[in-house]
Amino acid sequence: MIAALAVSAVVLQMSCVAGLLGLAILAIALSRSKSATAVIYGATLVICLAALAGSLIWLLGGAAKATELILPIGLPWLGAHFRLDALAAFFLIVVNLGGAAASLYGLGYGHHEHTPYRVLPFFPAFLAGMNLVVLADDAFSYLLCWEFMSLASWALVMAHHREAGNAKAGYVYLVMASFGTLALLLAFGLLAGAAGDYGFAAIRNAPHTPYVAALVLILMLLGAGSKAGLVPLHVWLPLAHPAAPSHVSALMSGVMTKVAIYGFIRVVFDLLGQPSWPASVIVLFLGSITAVMGILYAMMEKDLKRLLAYSTIENVGIIFVSLGLALAFQANGLKLPAALAFTAALFHVLNHSFFKSLLFFGAGAVLMSTGERDMDKLGGLIHRMPFTSFVVLVGCVAISALPPFNGFVSEWLMFQAVLQSPELPQWALKIMVPAVGAMLALAAALAAACFVKAFGVTFLGRPRSPAAETAGEVDRYSLSAMFILAALCLLAGILPGPVMDALSPVAVEILGGRLPVQAHVPWLTIVPISESRGSYNGLLVMVFITISASLAVYFIHRFASHALRRGPAWGCGFTDPTPLAQYSGASFAQPIRRVFGTMVFHARDHVDMPAPGDTRPARLRIELHDLVWEGMYQPLAGAVGFAADRLNRLQFLTIRRYLSLVFATLVTLLLVLAIWS
Amino acid sequence: MVVISDILVQGIQMLLVLLLAPLLTGFVRKIKARMVRRQGPSVLQPYRDLLRLLRKEVVLADNASWLFRVTPYVTFAAIWVAAALVPTFATGLLFNWTADLIAIVALLGSARFFLALAGMDVGTSFGGIGSSREVMIAALAEPAMLLIFFCMALVAGSTQLSTVANFMGSSGVGLRVSLGMAVIALIMVALAENARIPVDNPATHLELTMVHEAMVLEYSGRHLAMIEFGAFLKLLLYISLIACVFFPWKIALFGTGPLAYAVGAGVYIVKLAVAGFLLALFETATAKMRVFRVPQFLGAALMLGLLGTLLLFVSRSL
Repeated sequence: MIAALAVSAVVLQMSCVAGLLGLAILAIALSRSKSATAVIYGATLVICLAALAGSLIWLLGGAAKATELILPIGLPWLGAHFRLDALAAFFLIVVNLGGAAASLYGLGYGHHEHTPYRVLPFFPAFLAGMNLVVLADDAFSYLLCWEFMSLASWALVMAHHREAGNAKAGYVYLVMASFGTLALLLAFGLLAGAAGDYGFAAIRNAPHTPYVAALVLILMLLGAGSKAGLVPLHVWLPLAHPAAPSHVSALMSGVMTKVAIYGFIRVVFDLLGQPSWPASVIVLFLGSITAVMGILYAMMEKDLKRLLAYSTIENVGIIFVSLGLALAFQANGLKLPAALAFTAALFHVLNHSFFKSLLFFGAGAVLMSTGERDMDKLGGLIHRMPFTSFVVLVGCVAISALPPFNGFVSEWLMFQAVLQSPELPQWALKIMVPAVGAMLALAAALAAACFVKAFGVTFLGRPRSPAAETAGEVDRYSLSAMFILAALCLLAGILPGPVMDALSPVAVEILGGRLPVQAHVPWLTIVPISESRGSYNGLLVMVFITISASLAVYFIHRFASHALRRGPAWGCGFTDPTPLAQYSGASFAQPIRRVFGTMVFHARDHVDMPAPGDTRPARLRIELHDLVWEGMYQPLAGAVGFAADRLNRLQFLTIRRYLSLVFATLVTLLLVLAIWS
Repeated sequence: MVVISDILVQGIQMLLVLLLAPLLTGFVRKIKARMVRRQGPSVLQPYRDLLRLLRKEVVLADNASWLFRVTPYVTFAAIWVAAALVPTFATGLLFNWTADLIAIVALLGSARFFLALAGMDVGTSFGGIGSSREVMIAALAEPAMLLIFFCMALVAGSTQLSTVANFMGSSGVGLRVSLGMAVIALIMVALAENARIPVDNPATHLELTMVHEAMVLEYSGRHLAMIEFGAFLKLLLYISLIACVFFPWKIALFGTGPLAYAVGAGVYIVKLAVAGFLLALFETATAKMRVFRVPQFLGAALMLGLLGTLLLFVSRSL
């Protein structure tokens, strides 16, 4: 039975992909009809659930072996190879769970779309693209699917192309995506070598010299890293992710960055073979910088969706830190710690897809009912959108890595991995890993601060605009999608053991090592290394908190006074100040901006205080610089522009000059060839 | 039978911390008053304050949400569970293996997360200023605390607080540079996290300087009682933590019987008194610093923690 399932698993996944592609075509046909939204999202929901069930059964089924499928398309001598193994199955779960949640959300949210025909065809196509990237088993199909995924998501980013800033977002995204694909192309070219066998199986078995391995690693960091949002390649992400419709933002942030991480794992861990330790230094360095920079950017942001996009950058950084640790351990043959760090990374991949999708859905719900993304124009939504605010609160607690939710478990596992690192023999790593641990801790603490700001300014306090005052709750489909994700956040947090066990086939396949079976530990506790090293039990922590909170509530309500009087808030003598006098996002971030901003953003406060007697309003202007953008991309864009202007003259030459130019080039090339040999 | 006695001992521990927490705060206040030649209120005043608050009506701002009303209980519960994880008179109690040092940081983080949210709920500037300063302080104190805990965990080979305490109590530890750094850094973090001088002043309601008090300004009645109680517990928790790791004398081993437990409890109370006295002495001798000096203070704690961890990565015997 299981064997039959295993053979059909990859076929099932591919038929789901075919179904999604078919839907994309159907969506074009249906484009202007009224029922299109319901039909397309309903169908994607069903297909994603089928794909999800297929990969779940495959991964949890245990004894299943990797299965392949070769389609007679693509390069004539190669065909298109597709393969389902444990790593692919795990990422398929992430993709299709995110896809199913986004489709369910879209059933409600999609009705508010002004131009559904610009979204509907590309939504299933985007999902199909992500599925295909994970399934691809040769370099050619991989790159093709990768491009397909990028272009489908680009079309979704440009869905609302008339809104301010979206055109720029689409442009920057396109440039960065092309750059990333170029890096991937070169990486696969190097991997395939002179023999030029593009199948992953051949690449995996071929030996790679250290230089090639180092170059491939750097190219993968550029290619997959730019898609995932590694600093300094992240600049497109906070522009493009928020520009798309909210359920697509959720997919791009919660899922597509994970597909990029899949690409990185596939090449660096799987295809390159045994890693060398300097590789881990680069990954750890970039990961930790990304984590801290990402969350600092998020802290300074006042646009809700951009804040979430920056927070994705932070989480990608955290995942890369964990992958870097896994590389370091793997390079030194420490199988158990490597499996621990790798499992932590995968766990965080899963967690992030849960809570980031949830938070983007929440932002979408806010956008739907108020039309605002600027937090400083919101506030008080907890009274008007009680269900949305509750689930968003769950998401905020989970992403801030607080127990008993899932974010804490993966960070806990990462800290346990950090504590295993003194066993590493290299001095560079011994000195680096504590610093990386500190950065990780700093990022976690800043994330909590950032999400206090995000939730507090958006949902608490008093409404700062009429739109926030008249907001209403969103539809049932959207709410149920958010509630399901919130429940998953809690479940993964209180039952981490089964999740870790489910992830162990992936670690076995990629690293050849595994953690102790958590199902054998009594009381659903997790023990990653050994009981004396550290253990955590999310379920009991939750039970204890519930019991002690209920005890407190019971005693208070039994013995304390029940009297309660509602009155105006204490205004310190100023009765009824305007809601605009509340703390805003910018003022909330001010202390942290003072601490970190001066260095990281060259932040300056400019105060314009009129003289006494002058009735002009006082002004406070905050000056922030994005140093990566200004230091790296602007000079680059400037240089390209400059060169283009200079070379522009070539367009207006006479035929005689063109011919002499061609002649000169030919002579130079021949000369070079002559001297070269 | 064994499980029942385990639950009983754990229950006694949880009740003990609950009962001692207000006394500790009262004691510190009394000593502080005496040091500046004031009579000061009785050491039992915090209990009376709590009872008085419980009897009062709650005045709730018009637009306070359910979050505002739930937060005092959530905060209290999170701190209480964290306190239950710290060995006081005995190690290896029932809860000890549920969660470890990292979880204690995160539980305290949860308490702070909800308090900071509640500070923003009513929508006055005071709550906002308190919350934003509190999260700024926490953004530095939390990583510092994690690094300090890394130090302890690397020395003891475990993040399990009971194991750490047992190891520190054994003879094999000796004097270590890293632990010296860790204890100084932990004291600095404890001062910051408990809103004590020089970071914050628990006794004032002065707009420009206060952090914690500003955040909970809108609370009254039974809600305020829970928050105050939580704050008392948190101070006790930090002192117990420092005591059980760095001064683990006479902490009873698990299952050594009532007599050892009683001795442990007696010594524990003495430790609390000594720590309370030192805290009061320190607070009377120091001035509060400006809010924006706090990052430098906590940055020093962070660096000490990092240096300690680094030393342990370089050599396990440092």
